[in-house]
This record gives sequence, structure tokens and C-alpha cells, in this order.
Amino acid sequence: MNLTLHVWRQSGPKAPGKLEQYEAKNVSPDQSFLEMLDEVNEHLIKEGKDPIAFDHDCREGICGMCSQVINGVPHGGQERTTVCQLHMRRFNDGDTIYIEPWRALAFPIQKDLIVDRSNLEKIMQAGGYTSCHTGGVADGNAILVPKVAADYAMDAAECIGCGACVAACPNGSAMLYTSAKVAQLAALPQGQAEAAERVCAMTEAMQEAGFGNCSNHYECQAACPKGINVKFIAKLNREYQKALFK
Amino acid sequence: MRILSSSVGRKILMSITGQLLIIFILIHLIGNSTIFFGPNGINAYAEHLHSLPPLVWAFRLFMLAAIAVHICYGVTLTLENKAANPGAYAVKRNLKASFASENMIWTGLLVAAFIIYHLLQFTIHGTPDVVVGLDSANRPDVFRMVVTSFGNGLIALAYMFAMLMLFLHLSHGIPSFLQTMGWNNEKTIPAFGTGGKVISALLMLAYISIPAVILAGLLKL
Repeated sequence: MNLTLHVWRQSGPKAPGKLEQYEAKNVSPDQSFLEMLDEVNEHLIKEGKDPIAFDHDCREGICGMCSQVINGVPHGGQERTTVCQLHMRRFNDGDTIYIEPWRALAFPIQKDLIVDRSNLEKIMQAGGYTSCHTGGVADGNAILVPKVAADYAMDAAECIGCGACVAACPNGSAMLYTSAKVAQLAALPQGQAEAAERVCAMTEAMQEAGFGNCSNHYECQAACPKGINVKFIAKLNREYQKALFK
Repeated sequence: MRILSSSVGRKILMSITGQLLIIFILIHLIGNSTIFFGPNGINAYAEHLHSLPPLVWAFRLFMLAAIAVHICYGVTLTLENKAANPGAYAVKRNLKASFASENMIWTGLLVAAFIIYHLLQFTIHGTPDVVVGLDSANRPDVFRMVVTSFGNGLIALAYMFAMLMLFLHLSHGIPSFLQTMGWNNEKTIPAFGTGGKVISALLMLAYISIPAVILAGLLKL
């Protein structure tokens, strides 16, 4: 099939950017979205032009690197799917596709479709860990974790930190990301000792990094390639209230 | 204090003040519905309500403080959110966000403007349409005042429009305050979303019924 692409091109962080039109010809429906872009880039290189810069790594939907807003939805709008797992059979011959980078104050554009997501790491560094003493290997079952708690924590831990929640949020908030980390650790006995400090430190770090406030649009959950539920934001709110009285 | 600068803390304050305002909306509706019992209903209610001025003033100041906090944080959080999202997408398709959730600031400010007008009219008696007088039992004649003012189609329509704004505001506000308080889980999230819309719609219809019934001539002097 043949497609018309409108891709955001920006040569550097400070440079002005604009949408540029490209024709993608003879696209196979079996190609992934990134493979389609690879082919467009090969043509651009042959023509002596600068290829489209975009983030990608595992191409298996688990690393969280790919980050493109396709036709107005982060990762393209197929439920629980990252861009790398989005296939061209989802599109029709003759379609026009808009491809843009994540847009948020806290995600400055580096080049074309690549944004700097290190502000998510700043939130993690503020409290996304449990402190423990080093020493001999502890017995695997020394701390019993109820199955329900383990499942809950695992659901939250599904977050791959891609930032689609921020890109989708009308407020540019990273509350779903932050809440997934807070809820994951607060559900486990190992994380409970530092739960109060963690929720305060992580939400403060989120604010300081320039992310917006959550106003419960739930756009984040709809765009999340891992289906992280906004129930974790309710959990974060509960954890914050508990912290207030500590 | 940490809560006053924190993103989550201020959201909780928005939620608590919002809940207080919803409780007021419910009490006010019950009070207003005494108009359906005629002059003896609402005039007696109004006289009874104002028989203890210190209590009335304490309540008014409390509500004023709640609304001030709600508006103040509503505006600051909205400005911060606008700054955090430059909104420069050439194409943006929302999957979940609604007209109501995206326009909380505008529906909120319109409701605030309505409250000012409403107080100016029926509390301060500062608008030209207001008829102030006493009824046969020597009580302030609230019934005559309300029926006369709502007899004016433009005023009645303005009230109905304001209640539509209140509906939009609450249809997002009710599920939102439950989420912010953390009283939510995977099962309740969709239920609260629907419940919030239903309750807001019922409140809107109940409030609109007063000007509608008067405009239709079913409640006369």
C-alpha cells in the first residue's frame, strides 16, 4: 500500500521544527510501523537527505523506547500496543498518517521524534527503590508476600516507562507513571517501610521536573501500551494521605 | 506546609472543598424545593433559616472560604497544567478525556459568575427585577420575589444555563473527588463515572424544575 506521512522534523533541541510530507510507497501490511519508517529512511539516505530520527530498541514491546504520537494518539491507539508492535495492516492504502514526538514541557525534543525522557528517571531516583543492607544472600521466602499483593505489584510493575501517559495527558502529568511505581512498592512488605517518604519524594520530584498535575482525565490509561490502570493513582492518593499523618 | 504546595495535596484540598460545595448544593436544593409548597412553604423556611444571624454568617463565611480555596487552586492548577503541556500537537485525538473534564475551569468560572449574580439578586436584592416585600404573615415574601423574577424568561433561561454548567462541572467533579480521595478501585472507576453523570443530571433537573415550573405558569402568585 501507499501512504502519505506527515512527520515532525526538528534538527536540534533549540531549532524550530515543522511537519514534513513524505510518501511511503509499496508498504507491506506485514511490516511493523518502525520497519515502514526504516524503509522511508533508506530512501532518504539514498537521496542524500537526513533520515528521520526516532527512538527504538528491543522492537518487542517491552523496552519502552519507541515513542511516537501517531494520528494524535501515543503509540497509535491500538490497545496495549507499542509503536514497534503496531503493524501496517492496521492502516489502509492511501491513508495519511501524522507522526509527532511526545509533547510535554518535561520532555524536551532532542531531534525529530526523539525526546529526552530523563525527567522520568529523576522521579525514580527520588524514591523508586527500597533500601536494604547488603550481605549474604537472603532466603527467597524469608519475607512472605501474599499472592494478591504480588499480583497487584506485578500489574503496576508492567509499566515500561515509555512516557505515553505524559504524552497523552492534557496536563502533561506523569501521575500514572509515578503512581505505578509508588503502588508497586507500597504493595510489597519490602517497600512499606519507606512508603510515606517515597510518595512525598516522588510526587515532589514529578512536580519539580515540570510535569503537570493530575485532574483525572484518564487519558493516560487509554494510551498506556501496558494498560496500567488509574486505580494506581487512587492508591497513590491514599498513600499520600497516610503520609500526611506520619 | 507541604500540602499547600504539593501536587497531590492541593488536589485533595480541591476535592474536600468540592465535596463541601456538593453538600451545600444538596441542602440548598432541599431548602429551595419548599417553594413547591407555596408562600407558606418557602417564606416560613426563609424566616426560620435567618432567625439565627450568627449561625447564618458563620455558615456563609465557611462556604465562602471553601469556594475561595476551590477557585484559587482550580485556577493555579489549571495554569500549571497549561504550562506543562505546550499543546503543540498538529493532530491530537482524545480517547477518554471528555468535554466536561477538559473544560472544568470554564464551567467552574461560569458557575462562580452565576453565584455572584444569584447572590446579588436574591440575597442582596441588587438587581432591578427583584420585588422585596412582606407577606400576610409579616415574613419576607421570598415566594413573590422568586416567582416574579423567574416570570422573566431571560432570567429563567440564564438560571437553566447555569445549571447546565453545574451539571458539566459535577459530571467530572463527582467521580474526580472520589478518585482523589483514593476511594476508588478497578471495579468502582466505571461505576463512579456513570453514577457521577446520573447524580449531576438529577441535580440539574431538580434545580431547573423551579424556573421551568414558574415559567410554565404552574406556580403562580
